[in-house]
Amino acid sequence: MPQEPVLTLRGISKRFGAVQALSGFDLEVHPGEVVALVGDNGAGKSTAVKAIAGVNPPDEGVIEWQGRTVAIGRPHDAQNLGIATVYQDLALCDNLDVVGNLFLGRELRRFGVLDEVRMDQRSRELLDTLSIRIPSVRIPVASLSGGQRQTVAIARSLIGDPKVVILDEPTAALGVEQTAEVLDLVERLRDRGLGTILVSHNMVDVMAVADRIAVMRLGRNNGFFDRRSTTTEEIISAITGASDSAVTRRQARKREEER
Amino acid sequence: MTRDPARDADDAAQEPARDAMPAVDARLLVRDEGIRGYVGEFWRKTRSGELGSLPVVIAVIIIWTVFGSLNSTFLSAQNLSDLSQQIVGTGMIAVGIVFVLLLGEIDLSVGSVSGLCAAIFAVLNVLNGMNEWLALLVAVLGGAAVGLIQGFFFAKVGVPAFVVTLAGNLAWNGLMLQILGSSGTVNIPADSIVAEIYSTIYHSPAAAYVAAAVGVGLFLVASLLDAARRRAARVPSRPVAEIVLRTVVIAAIAFVTAYILNQYQGLPLALLIFLIVLVVLDFVLRRTTYGRKVFAVGGNSEGARRAGISVPVVRMTVFSIAGAMAAVGGLFLAGQIQSASQTSGGGNLLMNVIAAAVIGGTSLFGGRGSVWSALLGALVIGSIQSGMNIMGVSNAVQFMITGSVLLAAVVVDSLSRRSQKAAGRA
Repeated sequence: MPQEPVLTLRGISKRFGAVQALSGFDLEVHPGEVVALVGDNGAGKSTAVKAIAGVNPPDEGVIEWQGRTVAIGRPHDAQNLGIATVYQDLALCDNLDVVGNLFLGRELRRFGVLDEVRMDQRSRELLDTLSIRIPSVRIPVASLSGGQRQTVAIARSLIGDPKVVILDEPTAALGVEQTAEVLDLVERLRDRGLGTILVSHNMVDVMAVADRIAVMRLGRNNGFFDRRSTTTEEIISAITGASDSAVTRRQARKREEER
Repeated sequence: MTRDPARDADDAAQEPARDAMPAVDARLLVRDEGIRGYVGEFWRKTRSGELGSLPVVIAVIIIWTVFGSLNSTFLSAQNLSDLSQQIVGTGMIAVGIVFVLLLGEIDLSVGSVSGLCAAIFAVLNVLNGMNEWLALLVAVLGGAAVGLIQGFFFAKVGVPAFVVTLAGNLAWNGLMLQILGSSGTVNIPADSIVAEIYSTIYHSPAAAYVAAAVGVGLFLVASLLDAARRRAARVPSRPVAEIVLRTVVIAAIAFVTAYILNQYQGLPLALLIFLIVLVVLDFVLRRTTYGRKVFAVGGNSEGARRAGISVPVVRMTVFSIAGAMAAVGGLFLAGQIQSASQTSGGGNLLMNVIAAAVIGGTSLFGGRGSVWSALLGALVIGSIQSGMNIMGVSNAVQFMITGSVLLAAVVVDSLSRRSQKAAGRA
């Protein structure tokens, strides 16, 4: 990568009681790059994301933002730096319309009063540049489909002009076409020069959009892979921690049967 | 949303064309321009359970028709004028309840708080000779403080609002009895500010018409300016035909009301103050960041928290507003009967204000409603009581009927929420 990383994590550790959830975790995110964070349940993906987002600050380790060491103690710190997080449950307000949700917490004002016209205008511009198609920016979010809600949640994270976007399982609850729409959107984030961290269980999605894949296992790094020079099998063996595991044996057996 | 496979295939064929106009989705139900589109939209919303104030308007029409046909005095200018004054006390308290309901919570203490604040005013002003404006201010701030305390226990300590305000209902009633002391009743003189605000009527016919004209004029100007700004910014705006239609409807209501009031004595000050309070608080809810926060917390408190909204602050201030509005309503009720007594704020007042807010169309489930439901709901409750009083119906029957109306309103709320969910609008 020619560019400096925008976000660097070095030696991040986090304990919860008797559990060492993260130990010595490293990660680099460059501008215009999609980094997939994969691992089995309990591998520490969520803990890592929460450390970056300021929800659970790490016990040890260094977080560097554009080359400078920073402390992220609360969600607000992360937002101020330019890290936006889209959680799996989206946290949208069903009773508010799309514009209300996009600007929630940072409404535009004019003479101290909500500036609906400018928020309306900026929402349309934002949704247009992301090629997000929703019926109207003035309908309650409740009437949108799961995929549309996901795209609204991602669009909302872009309102504050972030440099890094964290997507936590964005496709977990979506159908085939909706998943494709969200993956298109992830690629558009990359085109806009944003660093994206994609947390996912779905190898197909990861292989489809990620530039680099960071595998986690038992709270540690278990290898970084370049998507163009790796295979799903290689990643799965890194996730499970062995080239000989239930998953690889099953795949080998299937291949045998197909032949 | 059901998908038509043939149309999906069509979509795929049009894919390049759609890229040029990305905001348009082929599945979108586009609203027709003009009045026709407005009517179509109205029917679609009604069918999908987005009833708004439709049930309550129908309820008012039915109630007025029934009582009007049973007894001709009900629809007389005098009775309707009196009604417009009588609903103010209940309506003011109901406005506070609307705020609390928007959070999806309930405040069961507003009856006691209204009695307490009336007692505070009466004791300070009448018994201790405090300046009446100062006593008024102390009473309203006292209501706000009571609400803030209850809000603290709910928002910060985490006690359910239902329990906090139920405890408050008893405790504040006790405090009121303590303040009133052995006498039990403090009479408020007719020239006291509280009694005067309630009973003042502007006799000049011009007053009511000017008030109606100013209200309608402000609405028209605000709508036109907003539409012009939207057109300039190239975002969809209300067509002029729709603005004119809305203005005509509002003007009709305003001027007919003014005409009826002038048939009797004129414009009551209490009604004017109530309407101004409604306009101001409606503005706060729909046009300020604070109002947006109230709706957000009512819709999804966790989502609001993650968006950087301080949920405890919103909750505490909303309960404080409910307390202050309970105080204002209590003062109007005290001015109406010209006394503060041990029975102030008791009886079925609490039931009536909650019923008014819900009947008016504010959802018990949070996040949906408007302060105007306090006016409409208070009008329904007030009309039923006024009609039954004229007919000489006993209290026993009145309670049963008011209870049934509340139940009916909650049933309508629950059913409309269910069909909104089915239609993907909740």
